[in-house]
Parts: sequence; C-alpha cells; structure tokens
Amino acid sequence: MAEVNKRDIKPAKIRLKEIADKATQDAWEAKNRGEKIGWCASNFPQEIPTTLGIHVVYPENQGAAIGAKGGGQRMCEYAEGLGYSSDICSYARINFAYTDLKECPELNIPQPDFLLCCNNICNCMLKWYENLAFQLDIPLLLIDIPRLDAYECDQDRIDYIRAQFDYCIGRLEEISGKKWDEDRFKEVMAISQRSSKAWLKAVDYMKYTPSPFSGFDIFNNMAVACVARGRLEGAEAFEQLAREYEENIKNGTSTFKVKEEYRVLFEGIACWAHLSYTFKTLRNFGINVTSTIYGPAFSFLYQNLDELMAAYAYVPNCNVFEREVELRVKDAIKNKVEGAIIHMNRSCKKWSGNLYELERQLREQAGIPAVMFDGDQSDPRVFSEAQYLTRVQGLVEIMAANKGQKEEQSCE
Amino acid sequence: MNSIEMILDELRFISAHPKQQLEQYLAAGKKVVGCLPYYCPEELVAAAGMVPFGLWGAEIQVSEAKRYFPPFICSLLQTTLELGLKGEFDRLTAVMIPLLCDSLKGMEANWRYGVKNVPVITVAQAQNRKMQAGLTFTISQYRKIKKQLEELSRRPITDQAIAEAVKSYNEQRRVMRKFLAAAGKHPELISFSDRNAVVKSSYFMDAAAHTVKVRELAELLEQAAESSWQGPKVVVSGITADYRGLIKIFNDCKLAVVDDQLTQGSLRFRLDVPLTADPLVGMAEQIGKIEGCPVLFDPGKQRGHMLIHLVKQSDAQGVIFVQTKFCDPEEFDYVPLKSMLEKEGIPSLLIEADKQAANYEQARTAVETFCEILS
Ligand code: SF4
Ligand code: SF4
Repeated sequence: MAEVNKRDIKPAKIRLKEIADKATQDAWEAKNRGEKIGWCASNFPQEIPTTLGIHVVYPENQGAAIGAKGGGQRMCEYAEGLGYSSDICSYARINFAYTDLKECPELNIPQPDFLLCCNNICNCMLKWYENLAFQLDIPLLLIDIPRLDAYECDQDRIDYIRAQFDYCIGRLEEISGKKWDEDRFKEVMAISQRSSKAWLKAVDYMKYTPSPFSGFDIFNNMAVACVARGRLEGAEAFEQLAREYEENIKNGTSTFKVKEEYRVLFEGIACWAHLSYTFKTLRNFGINVTSTIYGPAFSFLYQNLDELMAAYAYVPNCNVFEREVELRVKDAIKNKVEGAIIHMNRSCKKWSGNLYELERQLREQAGIPAVMFDGDQSDPRVFSEAQYLTRVQGLVEIMAANKGQKEEQSCE
Repeated sequence: MNSIEMILDELRFISAHPKQQLEQYLAAGKKVVGCLPYYCPEELVAAAGMVPFGLWGAEIQVSEAKRYFPPFICSLLQTTLELGLKGEFDRLTAVMIPLLCDSLKGMEANWRYGVKNVPVITVAQAQNRKMQAGLTFTISQYRKIKKQLEELSRRPITDQAIAEAVKSYNEQRRVMRKFLAAAGKHPELISFSDRNAVVKSSYFMDAAAHTVKVRELAELLEQAAESSWQGPKVVVSGITADYRGLIKIFNDCKLAVVDDQLTQGSLRFRLDVPLTADPLVGMAEQIGKIEGCPVLFDPGKQRGHMLIHLVKQSDAQGVIFVQTKFCDPEEFDYVPLKSMLEKEGIPSLLIEADKQAANYEQARTAVETFCEILS
C-alpha cells in the first residue's frame, strides 16, 4: 500500500539535493582533517571509495552545476586561454579552468590528492584525467572498461575489470591508509542495490499517462544517483521519491504542472545553461519528457561480483550500438512516447557519433518522429533558442497530426 | 634518375594510388582486410594469408558521411567512411576498427550500418596496457580476432604462421628505423614529402615487398656524403601529417623534418614485437610499451618526455604539432606538451590540419614565421 511515510516530511527532491551537497561538504571536511580525497569520474565503480570510506567529488557534477548557474562560458573561455581547444568536452574545460583557478563562485570543490578515472562513458575521460594527473602530480587510478563488442559483456572484460578493481583497492589502501572491509563492501553493495531498485521503481512511473512527474526532474536527481548510490540516506531518499510518485498517481497529480499533451523521449545530457529555456519551451506545448536513457540505464543491478563488473560495462556509451538502441526503443514504447527530441551535444563525441543512425532507428523501431537540436551540456555558446524552438514546433506539428489521425481511426 | 630517386618514385606512386594497389591484390586473388587506425594486429591478417590494407582517410570532400557523423568528428574518419559509403571498399573481406578514441567507437556502428557488405572486426585493446590484466585482456581479444580471421580466410592460423608474420614485420620495422634515421640526416635527399611517402606506402604494401625497397633505400642513404643542410630542423608530432597542402609548405620552406613522433609515422616502427612462445603475448606486450601516442593511456605524459628526447637527439631546433582538426586526444595533449617543451626552451608551433581543407594559407604564414624564429 503506497502511503507517504511520516518520515517523508521534506520532499524527496530536497533530500536528494541535500545529500549531494552534503557529499561535497563531507569531502571538504575530510580534506580539512587531513584525509586524502579524490576526484572521481561519474561512472567509476563507487563501491570502492564508499566501502573504503574515502571521500570523492565528481568534476562532471561540478561542471553541470557551474553550467546551470551560468559560469560555463566564463570557465570554458578561461580554459581556452590556457590553450585548450573549444572542441574539448566542456566538463573537462571547466575542470581545467577550476584546477588552475582553484576557485569558482558557482561551486567550489576541494582539490584532489588522487584521481579515479573510468572510461566506460568515454575515452575523453582518459585524456582529461591524464592531464590532471600530470598537472597536479598526483596518482591516477584507471579502471579501463573497453566498449563492448557484443550485446553481452564477455568474460574477458569481466576478468579485466575485476583485476583492475582489486588493484585499485590495494592502491587506495596505500594512498589513504584505510583498510578494505569485506563486510562493509557487502553492506555497500546491498545499499547500492536498494538505491538502484528504488531509482528504477521511481522512473518506471513515467509509464503512466499522465506521468506523475516532469521528466526534467530526472536530470537533477541523476547527480545524486551518482554521488550517493552507496549511502543509506541516498537509498532512503530514492525510496521516498518512488513513494511520492506513487502518491501522485493515486491523487492524479504530477510535478509536471500543465496538462500533458504530448509525451517525448529526450536523448542526451541536459543543456545545463539553458535548462530553464529548454524545459519551458516544452512545457508551453504541454510536452513532458517520459523517457530518457538515465531512467533504465543508470541502475547498476547485480547479484554477484561478476555482475557488478559487467554492470559498469553496460552504462550508456559503453554498450554495443544495438543495445543502446534497444534500451531506448523499449523505454520509448513502454512509456508511450509520441516523439523524440535529440540533443546533438557538441561536447560529447562518443554520444554524438552515432546519433543520426540512432535517430533513424528510433523512427523505425519505435515508430515515432524525431527532431534534433544543437547544444552542449555546459558551454552555452553552442545552443540557439531559435533553432530549438523551431525544431520543437516542427515536432509538435507532426505529433499533433499523428494524434489527429489516431483519433480519426478510432472514430471510424 | 639515380637509384634513390627510382625507389622513391615507386613508393611515391604507391602512396598516392592506394586504389590501384588494392586492385592489384584483388586481381591476384588475394583477400584484403582494411585496417583503420590504430595498431590493428596486422600480423594476424598476414598470417591468415590475407593482405592488411591501411585506411587512414583521403583528401576529399565528404557528402554521404554527413548522414552518419556530425561535422565535429575528425576528417580521418569522415573521409574513410565516405569512401566506404561510396563503395570504394566493397571488395574488402573485412575492416578492422579499433576503439581507441571516442570517434572510432562511433565509426564502428556507422560503418556497420552504412557499409553493410564489408563486415567489421572490432579491435579492443587494454588501456591499462602495462599491467598483467591489461595484457591478458588484449591477448584475449587478439584470440577472438584470430578466430574471426580464420573464418573469413577459411584457413587455420597457426602460431608458426603468426611468428613468421611477426618476424617479417619486425624486419620491416628494423629497416624502416634505419631509413627514418638516415632520412633525418639527409634532408637534402629525402624531403618530408618523401619521408611521408615511404611511410605511407607501408600501409598499402605487403610488408616483405616494402622492406626490400626500403632496405635498399636506407643503404643508399647511409652511403651518401654528409649533409650540409643549413635550413631549419624540426621534429613533427601528432597523429598524422599526411596533408598535401601542409607538406608542400614544409617543402617550400625548406624545413627539414629530422625526426617524427607521428602515430602514422615512426611510432609504427619504433618497437619490435617481442618473439614469445605464444606470439599473441608479444603482440600485446608491444602495445604495452609504445610511447608517444595520444590514443594510448599515458598518465605520466611520456609523450612529452619522449618528444624532448627526440628533439635533443636529432639536433632539431623546434617542434611542429600537426593536429588533426577535431581530434580530441591530440587537443588534450597539446597543452601539457607545449608547457613541457617551454620548460626546456624548445619552441613549438601548432598547426591544425583537415583532410577536407582546401587551403593552408594561414598555416603557410605560421610555418614561415616559425622558420624565421628558428634560423
Ligand atoms: S559529456 Fe561526453 S565527453 Fe564529456 S565527460 Fe561526459 S561522456 Fe565524456
Ligand atoms: S585519434 Fe583523433 S584523428 Fe584519430 S580517429 Fe580519433 S579523433 Fe580521429
């Protein structure tokens, strides 16, 4: 029976934000206590630092926050002044600027003593962290996860990831002076599974029409999924989020505050600097996002160690293309989307390199119209309001015509 | 025409006419496997009795590829895909596509959907390439590739055949090292354009046949009288410098490239594959040891240290980074490498190049000015 728990006094979204802020705060405090803290790639197996009780912060999250608060262009331009090409991912550029400046009015994070890199989402990560390690002269631990070459992750990859996992633990024990504890590891895995399941449960409610929440909420909540998946309070907050959505369904309410006229799939990272414009433009047409890859794909479900290793190879951008398509098509169909809005992200070569083919296959396999717009997750200069609006208008026209046809057919 | 010129002429022709070369192999009933950058296990292809054939793009404009790649993907891949989409590679038995940068990862699926009749062999290599687990992984992938090649060639690949291929490639590497060293000492005899042609032809020729030519060339160069070259001397660094417009500028400016750190160039030949009981082990070990390459994990920026060493060893006065436009691995490296060079007092110049570029006037001015600084 879904009932909003008495403990759920603060809305889940606030709790999630507080957890993310607290994670950064904890890292600051650890740093001030003289503990070693790290910078960590968003899809690095968080079970390692969490189990060891090592504090890490996530430059990608910082890049998103700086972008959202309007500092993206300034920081990107600063990095370009250091010699970095504007072609490089804006998260990396912002982070290089921050590494040099060590200060940013939008969000500060403590300076790292070591780096945890994982290239399952992109090889840009490798180069980015190489440069940090060189510039800061600190240890860099890499978990290399080669992109899959088949639908299933092979045992060779699993063994390779596992060996690196173990190596990282050893190195981090040396660096931090902390000790690995198997019982704690089991506990962290259990909590992570709880968080992941709650996350999946929450996002699965998008299948309801109307959806009990605005799809853009996911962009904000994602950060916590990355920061706090292994923390008990993270798991609890996600469970609360699921309860709230369930309650919305019961009450016929939604965090999407206007009538849900259309349901779409949004492909790609949000344009943080233009979050409000991109959201409001859709809302003005009554378009709610009811499918994004962040829903099904960032769940990291596993039953044993081999599956844990494989879970990190099944993250978006690491799958073989067919699996990437399937994830989207299944979600689009389940969540009854009527169109797709695809973000051609100037920052992300990995994500963008197959988008035209993805668009074709989405049209074909999910039977939906799709439009594409140019943007960038944190460099605001790439995005054009006029282009976005025109593309969305174009999509609405097709979706409206399709709706009209359906209605006609059902009257016949 | 003297003997040096005669050999050069042949290799120049081959490097400029890969298609003709391909036709010849096909006409002779050979199966040919396209090898995209970087570090495809060519020895396995050769051991299967097939011909590995380098696909490093071409200086053409793209139209078809625009349906697959957005404009901000490097022209190396855009133009390779374009040729594939236009059917130029239809008679290849397969193409090997490594996954060493993000754009290559995208290339793999784009090729499969765009060029449906030429199957893809995905080449995954470990980036934690020095640790045992990384070596084990790369070996496992080579084993997988070997099986795919056996199916395509319809014959078993024996360890002995691989060992033979490794020996043949090692001989080519040894001879090429000799040539490149000699060419660096004789800019009056070997222009950068010719250095590039000798390297490039290696991608379109059977290793043994190429070796024969280059061995003779290297010996002739070693006998040549000492050079009295007065012009500026540089080391060129990057993925590739195979851009006609740019090479012409180097030639016009009488710029001597006394050594290179090009992935397409000397990096291909610097290290032998160690001969090991299981030849795949040696092949993986070689990948583990290569330095100076932007797409192989390099946390200590050995590429920079190596570059400084190359400059000092070859008596060069500066470095020219030839950066392929939209190549993010190179763009990342440039900043730390430049600062490393600065600390050593080595001047450097960055030139952005693009297979689709029609003119290099800006680059000309930059190179001319750089030459003035050096002299
Ligand atoms: S935006 Fe793309 S390139 Fe940048 S860090 Fe994320 S996955 Fe990598
Ligand atoms: S390394 Fe650079 S030039 Fe090579 S394929 Fe990747 S992006 Fe293109």
